[in-house]
Amino acid sequence: MTAHDPSLARPNTPVTTYRYDEFDAAFVRERVAEFREQVRRRLEGSLTEDEFRPFRLMNGLYLQLHAYMLRVAIPYGTLTARQMRRLADIADKYDRGYGHFTTRQNLQYNWPKLIDTPDILEALAEVEMHAIQTSGNCIRNVTADHFSGVAPDEIEDPRATAEFLRQWSSAHPEFSFLPRKFKIAVTGSEHDRAAIMVHDVGLRIMTNAAGDVGYQVVVGGGLGRTPFVGKVLRDYLPRADLLAYLEAVMRVYNRFGRRDNKYKARIKILVHEKGIEEVRAAIEAEFVAMDRGVFSYDPTEFERIAAFFTPPPYEALPAESAKLRAERVAHPAFGNFVEVNAAPHRVPGYAIVTVSLKPIGGIPGDATSQQMRVLAEASERFGFGELRISHEQNVILPHVKQDDLFDLWKLLDGAGLATANAGLVSDIISCPGLDYCALATARSIPIAQAISKRFSDLSRQRRIGKLGIKISGCINACGHHHVGAIGILGLEKKGQESYQITLGGDPTFSASIGEILGPGVTAEQVPDVIEHIVDFYLAERQEGETFIETWRRIGHARFKDVLRREGEDGADI
Amino acid sequence: MSALKHPQILLASDLADGEVLFLGAEGWERDHRRARVARDKEEAAVLEGVGKAEIAKNRVVDVYLADVDVGADGAPTPLHYREKMRLKGPSVRPDLGKQAKGAA
Ligand code: HEM
Ligand code: SF4
Repeated sequence: MTAHDPSLARPNTPVTTYRYDEFDAAFVRERVAEFREQVRRRLEGSLTEDEFRPFRLMNGLYLQLHAYMLRVAIPYGTLTARQMRRLADIADKYDRGYGHFTTRQNLQYNWPKLIDTPDILEALAEVEMHAIQTSGNCIRNVTADHFSGVAPDEIEDPRATAEFLRQWSSAHPEFSFLPRKFKIAVTGSEHDRAAIMVHDVGLRIMTNAAGDVGYQVVVGGGLGRTPFVGKVLRDYLPRADLLAYLEAVMRVYNRFGRRDNKYKARIKILVHEKGIEEVRAAIEAEFVAMDRGVFSYDPTEFERIAAFFTPPPYEALPAESAKLRAERVAHPAFGNFVEVNAAPHRVPGYAIVTVSLKPIGGIPGDATSQQMRVLAEASERFGFGELRISHEQNVILPHVKQDDLFDLWKLLDGAGLATANAGLVSDIISCPGLDYCALATARSIPIAQAISKRFSDLSRQRRIGKLGIKISGCINACGHHHVGAIGILGLEKKGQESYQITLGGDPTFSASIGEILGPGVTAEQVPDVIEHIVDFYLAERQEGETFIETWRRIGHARFKDVLRREGEDGADI
Repeated sequence: MSALKHPQILLASDLADGEVLFLGAEGWERDHRRARVARDKEEAAVLEGVGKAEIAKNRVVDVYLADVDVGADGAPTPLHYREKMRLKGPSVRPDLGKQAKGAA
């Protein structure tokens, strides 16, 4: 199958997403058939749970607090209208009419029945989707910048690299049983929207002095029990070496990663314990010694993949739409939506639209099947049938004509999808926490809802400006709380839910891990504490300063101090 | 009879649909109020024994004992908020889970 063979084009198939080749399709179908057989044997009793568990995890199926949970991969967050519709249909037919978009650009169904999961996987396979490697100690779904291909500051679309890596890592025999899961993120821009500094491996596309495109390789970042910002492993890696070099990284990790202790098994611990120099030396030695022939770079293959991500047929338009300007003035609510949720596009006359899945008081990341269908429709009418899932748990329409923004807004508004809060305090990342997750130590969604309601006034939110609040329901940090400008971690203290607050986290190239503000607070106190922090920031900030900039300038102690005064002796905070 | 700090009940997840189950006098129950309560260590061991046998029969997974408080009506309620959550459903979606069926 080639990139743009018109005979293979389906109606409404965007030209800017990767399509499976015969190998992928056959592989996924075989996996589904295999899993169907495994489920049958499990239900009939010839497989025990211990025998079955690795099989179900290989297919993204977990057992949660109230039901099973199926995690579907959305490679590098890109999906088509057709795929989105299929996700909606599955939600209706096999689940309870909704899905949850996650920080790893996946979708989770919260209520599938074991017996239905092979049918769900088959329904996904029909639209070139699957749940492989969304769980287990393997290389997980490769994530990428959700503005890929449209960001004005982009050097190269990172999805070609991500897809290249997906093909290399999928069912890689040597890396199916790593010491622990392994997460790779890729960005191709000057601004990092993929949080590459807090991944096991982060790749930053860049050019060298000669103008060749290659990668800065960052290793050993990660959140969870022991959070670390990654370290630069290679300043510049030529593209030709990408697969071989990553193979060397994985081999060294596979060999030296600590399998004796699950809490120390991630590559970040290896980097921390041995030091980046020693790890680098081992990787470079492996890289030199290995048979690189098997991984030799085939530029035509990379070009073939990259061709899937070529731009859609944009129209030639003026940079700014007069129609849009007039509509913004005439409809202030729409004007605010454009100001907050539309981002500049690399092509004149277009915009990138972030559709917030964080309505005031809503459950972050949840979308009903009806909303998924509206999003599919929106992408077809206003965006070449393409959508993205962001690690902030929102949906992106990457190619909207400025002239169409008003009609798009009306469509979204009718479905409860037009909240103008992208990047603002109520655009909260939250993991499912104890409302769903078997590992949770406290709830996180109700905390997000309470904060969102407290700051329900959107004009106040705009005055506060960009501010990332991130919440996790346990130390595993699925909600990225360590890199929230304000992070909230749910813990258990004396049989009660308790919340620890951190400040100063940053997921971008200037990454930092948040610092703890003080002792934990109760669920009821969280909105007050957040409000005090925000008010203090507003009082202290200088013109144009973001929260993190103010925090860095005046220091953590000042924030701690003011809250100690608010809480009298600080005992509550 | 060795005493337990608190009475206990046995929880599990149904293999087929993952739903939370409680071991009752006559087998698995979907309503925690029908759960069999162990009042000493021997009784708790019996519950666990049944749980193990049921795992071996591939009916349930993830079986464990949880501390409860027994009300005046004799119905047990778990003490920890985690299990309290499990016998209702997501606190943020009262329309889903056991609470939606009126079990809790
Ligand atoms: C079935 C529910 C889930 C389970 C059992 C689970 C399990 C875990 C565990 C054990 C960790 C710690 C990993 C480590 O440090 O090695 C972790 C981290 C993480 N999980 Fe989850 N998780 C769940 C749901 C989610 C959801 C809903 C999301 C997205 C919203 C997510 C995304 C992540 C992310 C981004 C991390 C950060 C780890 C890192 O980069 O070091 N997980 N998860
Ligand atoms: S952070 Fe903890 S509670 Fe939240 S989803 Fe991850 S494992 Fe579950």
